[in-house]
Amino acid sequence: MRVSVPKSLDAALGLLAEDPQAVVLAGGTDLMVAINFGRARPEHIVSIARLAELKELVAGEQVLCGAGVTYTHLLQRVRDRALVDAARTVGSPQIRNAGTIGGNLGTCSPAGDTLPILAALDATIVVVSRRSGERRVPFSDWMRGPKQPALEPGELVLRAEWEEAGPAQAFLKAGTRNAMVIAVASLAMVVDRARRRVRVALGSAGPTIIRATAAEEMASGLIEEVGWERPLTLTEAARARFADLVAAAARPIDDQRGTGAYRRHVIGVMASRALQRTGAAA
Amino acid sequence: MPEGLRTRGGVGESIPRPDGPDKVSGRFSFGSDLTAPGMLFGKTLRSPHPHALIRSIDVEKATGMPGVKAVLTAADLPGERLYSLHKPPDQPVLAAAGDEVRYAGEPVAIVAAEHPEQARAALEAIAVEYEVLAPLLDPVDAIQRGSVLRELTIRSGDPDAVADVVVDGYYEVGQQDQAPLGPEAGLAIPTPHGGIDLWVATQALHVDLEQVEACLGMRPGAVRLHLGGVGGAFGAREDLSIQVHACLLALKARRPVKMWYGREESFTGHVHRHPAWMWYSTGADRDGRLVFVKATILLDGGAYASSSGAVVANAACFGAGPYRVPNAHVWSGAARTNTVPNGAMRGFGAVQSCFAYEGQMDLLAARLGLDPIELRLKNAIRPGDRLITGQALTGAAPMAKLIDLCQGLPEPPAPSDSLALPGGAGNVASAAEVVRGTGFAVGFKNIAYSEGSDDYATARVRLQRGPDGAAVVQVKTAASEVGQGLVTVCLQVARTELGVEAVEIERADTTVGDAGSSSASRQTWMTGGAVRDAARLVAAEVLKRAGPPAQALAGGHVLDEEGAALAPIELFLDEPIEREFEHHHRPTSGLDPAGQGDAHVSFMFVAHRATVDVDAEAGLARVAQVATAQDVGRAINPLQVHGQIEGGIAQGVGLATMEEIKLKDGLIRNASFTDYIIPTSLDMPEVAAVLVEEPEPEAPYGAKGVGEPPLISSPAAIVAAMRAATGRRLNRVPVSPEELAGLSECRPGWLVRPGQSPAEAVRPAPPL
Repeated sequence: MRVSVPKSLDAALGLLAEDPQAVVLAGGTDLMVAINFGRARPEHIVSIARLAELKELVAGEQVLCGAGVTYTHLLQRVRDRALVDAARTVGSPQIRNAGTIGGNLGTCSPAGDTLPILAALDATIVVVSRRSGERRVPFSDWMRGPKQPALEPGELVLRAEWEEAGPAQAFLKAGTRNAMVIAVASLAMVVDRARRRVRVALGSAGPTIIRATAAEEMASGLIEEVGWERPLTLTEAARARFADLVAAAARPIDDQRGTGAYRRHVIGVMASRALQRTGAAA
Repeated sequence: MPEGLRTRGGVGESIPRPDGPDKVSGRFSFGSDLTAPGMLFGKTLRSPHPHALIRSIDVEKATGMPGVKAVLTAADLPGERLYSLHKPPDQPVLAAAGDEVRYAGEPVAIVAAEHPEQARAALEAIAVEYEVLAPLLDPVDAIQRGSVLRELTIRSGDPDAVADVVVDGYYEVGQQDQAPLGPEAGLAIPTPHGGIDLWVATQALHVDLEQVEACLGMRPGAVRLHLGGVGGAFGAREDLSIQVHACLLALKARRPVKMWYGREESFTGHVHRHPAWMWYSTGADRDGRLVFVKATILLDGGAYASSSGAVVANAACFGAGPYRVPNAHVWSGAARTNTVPNGAMRGFGAVQSCFAYEGQMDLLAARLGLDPIELRLKNAIRPGDRLITGQALTGAAPMAKLIDLCQGLPEPPAPSDSLALPGGAGNVASAAEVVRGTGFAVGFKNIAYSEGSDDYATARVRLQRGPDGAAVVQVKTAASEVGQGLVTVCLQVARTELGVEAVEIERADTTVGDAGSSSASRQTWMTGGAVRDAARLVAAEVLKRAGPPAQALAGGHVLDEEGAALAPIELFLDEPIEREFEHHHRPTSGLDPAGQGDAHVSFMFVAHRATVDVDAEAGLARVAQVATAQDVGRAINPLQVHGQIEGGIAQGVGLATMEEIKLKDGLIRNASFTDYIIPTSLDMPEVAAVLVEEPEPEAPYGAKGVGEPPLISSPAAIVAAMRAATGRRLNRVPVSPEELAGLSECRPGWLVRPGQSPAEAVRPAPPL
């Protein structure tokens, strides 16, 4: 097994151009598990863990979050409430110190904790390669399937970008343990009052992150009625209908972490609560 | 006595443990840290099938691979081909060509190579041809086909007793892993004279030794075992894992061989807690006095016997609870199936039946309109009462007092921050969605080996002048420190008996007599007793050398009967004094065909009250507090007792809320700490504990064991609290989010009349 530790982004892209089969190592919180369980035996590993170019985080109207930003950095430096809440649920402090948002995007698991928020923020993923330079991929096109990111051979995730969406955000994650647990199901909701936009995205609810578009439209309609700048007062019936629409969007399976029936149920419960919380935040 | 003549740090004091600083600072050497110059790395090829016939094993390609120094199969075994804790042994050292593999993960071949990667590659090159057979996986099915490891029936009182009120219930307990953080590990080093030294993380050096000697076909004395650093045990290290394999490879390669399991392999490399299916019927009179308990307790023993026999007996003996039960009919049995063998785990059968009989007590209280605690007090067993096995309680049995004290402990405040709500960091619940429930449960269990076993432990105590001329004590035993704090206990006992504070606890190995296993909450009594008795022989010799009026030893001095110092102890140590003692507990008897007999030497009692916050809509819970009163006889080290209580409750929280090995078609689906989850610090409740010290007459210092009771009734109390918060039945642990949210219920797959063997079980009618 060959391990390359390039000193610059440019050198890393050179290595990936030479050997597109090389496996990229950032925090190692997915890759090392796969290696330790004998599920991956890469012949060439390119470590990008020390590349300063990937660790930049610019918070402002337009957020630029480098692929090498760790969950600990997200917790300390990002204003998006949902992303902070999601970062807090990732692993233990040691895992949060090592794992990166680029790793979440590269692994591309439907259980990736930050991915529903990137979906709900309408984020753009910027990738780069020696051959084609930078390429921008809307999050909605990012996940081609479970563990199948829209990355071409030789490409590396450079950063995620999104527009600051305001305080009406929620992230909820159900698991069978109160911390350090892989999501049985998760839900991100962003009510961007300035841009008059509602986004609801589900994790661990299907092969990819799923947007609940019918529910988004319903919530937009409700907010439109009272005005985008005002808090929303909800009836039980409205909450229940929203919950049903979100749950109907899910395509959950039975596995060792939970049943499809429970996933669909708890997604509805989380949806109702997310609508309540984001609706109240004006 | 003048202050200077008090011996500090003796029995009853909360001194810090001697191995603590090294363990928390990372300096302690665990089994997986073992190393020797020129060592090879051993690995195990395991069956991927739960049941198959091995047609052939071809190791030729593997043998010639780079770095490979030994490849062994059953054809190469020099000694006994079977081993077990059970007699006669039934578990193959390696499954042989022409024979069957009986669980997925059963060892088929072993390899040693210069590098672990070379060993791994060699495993892949071994060609095993299997004829896959249908696995037997349903334990009722197994019993009906006569695939039984042990079954026993307890009958007492009137089989036709009639009760005013009868409640029936069905309960299940999932398969729990001991989840020790240190996986199986050891290092075997051949000696120049054809013998072998094995360092291994184990619970019982001599129990291992006897099996290793037999399987290596070596004469007594040629094999020596030494305790490697143990990173938790909880029953998982009672059966052999790497022991014979590492020795075989080392003898073949004539090089030291290290073996250690990864986490995934560890799940198939050790036994687990028996999953249980239980059918109960409990009758009482109108005032709530128990009239009868009828129960069928079915355990899955897995593919080999291990300690299933003793677990079956425990589940039955304690299956009616620590109550006055005049009439009982209990069937308990373990099926032999094609799953990883089940065996010892903290609580050892008593955990499973406690979940059922305590669920029954709550059903009964509800039916009678009685407070559940009042019902338990009314029926609590008392000194002099007889168990359902006919055995009279001759020792301390403060059950009623434990219930009283436990219910009086302060209750926890409401959660103060969002991380303390159900779901914790997942941010699902807010305070408005949370309901708090409280539940109560009690339990009991035996201490030490039962059913006529000759249970003993050996200690050697030496008193001599140290390098500075002052008296120093050396204590040598073969007892395993597995994290429970036995080294502290031995140190405190030696100080108390010899009046000398400088005590060295030597590393455990088999150059001293057997100490038995660190299990069954027995070592404080057994090895603590052996150290006490050996030390008393040493003390007697000091006093003899000192002559009258010497009466006692304390504070480093020989004292007269008034407690005045006569002389420093070292004055009498021109010659060192060394004594050895074998401490036996009172003999017990077997159980007769009606399950009657004085099978146990002593009992530990415990009460738990759990406070659980539940988000019933989302199916999430957080245990806010577990309060407990525990019968400890006497606390040798109160701080360590509290440590055992907190650790046992952590495993109880795990069993109640999340821990379960999930099998599909005989394969473990969650063999990792990603998917077999155990409580984190956020899941761990506040523990409020009170120790009840009523000295046990026969136990050294009156001290009972303390390791297991915290795990016996804490799961039952936690689930009772969840039932109180939700109104749901919740008759299975761990409680799943789906059941907590009311989306599903656990129903029996078979109908069994409580007390009857599942051999007569029938399938329930399909729902209309």
